[in-house]
Amino acid sequence: MEGRVFKYGDNVDTDVIIPARYCTGFTVAELAPHALEDLDATFVERVKPGDIIVAGRNFGCGSSRENAPIAIKGAGVACVIASSFARIFYRNSINIGLPILECEEAVAGIEDGEQVRINLDDGTIENMSRSGKWQAAPFPEGIQEIIRMGGLAEYVKRRLADDS
Amino acid sequence: MGMTIAEKILADKGGRASVSPGDLLFANVDRILGTDVTCSLSIQVFNEMGATKVHDPDKLVLVNDHFVPAKDIKAAQLSKNMREFAAAQGVENYFEVGRSGICHAILPDKGFVEPGFLIVGADSHTCTHGAIGALATGIGSTDMSAAWALGELWFRVPETIRIEITGTLQPFVGPKDIIIHIIGKLGVEGALYKVLEFHGPVIDSMSMDGRFTISNMAIEAGAKSGIMAADDITLDYLRSVGIDRPQPFDSDPDAVYSDTITFDISQLKPQVAKPYLPSNAVDAESVIGTHLDQVVIGSCTNGRMEDFQMAANVLGDRSVHPHTRLLIIPSSQDIYLELINSGLASIFVKAGATITPPTCGPCIGGHMGVLAENEVGLYTTNRNFVGRNGHPDSKVYLSGPAVAAASAVAGEICLPD
Repeated sequence: MEGRVFKYGDNVDTDVIIPARYCTGFTVAELAPHALEDLDATFVERVKPGDIIVAGRNFGCGSSRENAPIAIKGAGVACVIASSFARIFYRNSINIGLPILECEEAVAGIEDGEQVRINLDDGTIENMSRSGKWQAAPFPEGIQEIIRMGGLAEYVKRRLADDS
Repeated sequence: MGMTIAEKILADKGGRASVSPGDLLFANVDRILGTDVTCSLSIQVFNEMGATKVHDPDKLVLVNDHFVPAKDIKAAQLSKNMREFAAAQGVENYFEVGRSGICHAILPDKGFVEPGFLIVGADSHTCTHGAIGALATGIGSTDMSAAWALGELWFRVPETIRIEITGTLQPFVGPKDIIIHIIGKLGVEGALYKVLEFHGPVIDSMSMDGRFTISNMAIEAGAKSGIMAADDITLDYLRSVGIDRPQPFDSDPDAVYSDTITFDISQLKPQVAKPYLPSNAVDAESVIGTHLDQVVIGSCTNGRMEDFQMAANVLGDRSVHPHTRLLIIPSSQDIYLELINSGLASIFVKAGATITPPTCGPCIGGHMGVLAENEVGLYTTNRNFVGRNGHPDSKVYLSGPAVAAASAVAGEICLPD
């Protein structure tokens, strides 16, 4: 996949990703129009399907609201690359199928508006606007298994089917 | 090799003799906490999973707290979805408005938390219950659906940071000041993916109310949970909520910690966390004079009797400043009743404060005290991110109840005396 980068700083929290005033809704249609509204009011009108968010440390800190990765994915974002992710956001993203990659070096080498190519199969990140290629940290084996099965919901579905 | 409390609980619930940080395992959960704001999505995902019955209805605790009493039609629908799900699944631990409270007061006070329990909750402040010696951690809605369906969930065994708190507290310095100070030193990601295990003489002599305040904010340093070993104070509290034979876990003497950090708090002054991060800790005296439109005393962090007693002591017979609003939010109906029976409620009402029903309300900018553009608040809550408490150009400082009460009278940040 290849897309244009929207770059943000450290500690992008779930309150700016999707404020609680919109969390009486939980569908993509309700959440996506307000993604990142309190951080970057023009994000939703500028973002195109396949674009990529690049951010610093502790992305998604704060609330447990799964509405946050749903809003980002629903807005068209194909992948979030960050130096590190807050742990609940990390789990939620894997569970709902929002691709996330942890790579501090890539974050340092990519600027806002640049074009980036990502291979999710091998975790490589390439800056197409200038030179730079990086390898994201691989997911632990157990998490890779959940991803391979199509996410946690699919995993549970199979287990329930096997048990019955 | 010895294990920490978190490692022992995950080994026990995962059916293993021992575990080490980094291990991934499925483990049985004892409690699964859901609220009005997170359950509806979980119900949808639960249905999509093809699940029809929850694995064990007694593990579920469903609490109306975030947007209740319903702030609008959509919020009313969220509660309705949870109510109907509870009835359909035979979930008896369902807490309705008027018999409810903030989930992190309800869970321990109604006897759902025991030492050694593994607790997951679709609310990030589920770490609060570590104060009882449980491993309690926040999850999202899909994780909750999976736990409902299977009675278990996957966990990565976290590393543990040991925090020793020593020294003697100065007047008007309490648990909130200590945890703001610690988060200021660790940073908002200082404990990312890790557990904070609190020890030391200051914890040993601290009430349960204070311990809940400290464990509650572990997530603000990125932690998976904030754990304390159960002691006599814990056991007394557990007996008071009907748990007579708990099985406490403590860390082994040779447990391995990723770090051990000692905080001597003898010189600690009242703290505030400035906007827009809970780690922006400073001495409250450095921001004296900051104009305040609203003061909130309550939340899952500081909405217990000890907090209100402190606030009432500081208020005395004084009134809230004319340009400031003071909101008092008891964290449960039981605490609301104690406010009335103890006479504290009349102190707050006479001072010109509003007592709201138990709710998360203004802490998440949901309802009952949302801030307008450029308004400034001083809250005893746990987070002060951009836009969390209202308009994105509003600002919130975090403090303990003593500084909050004194500042409500002054109409600006000041120190209690």
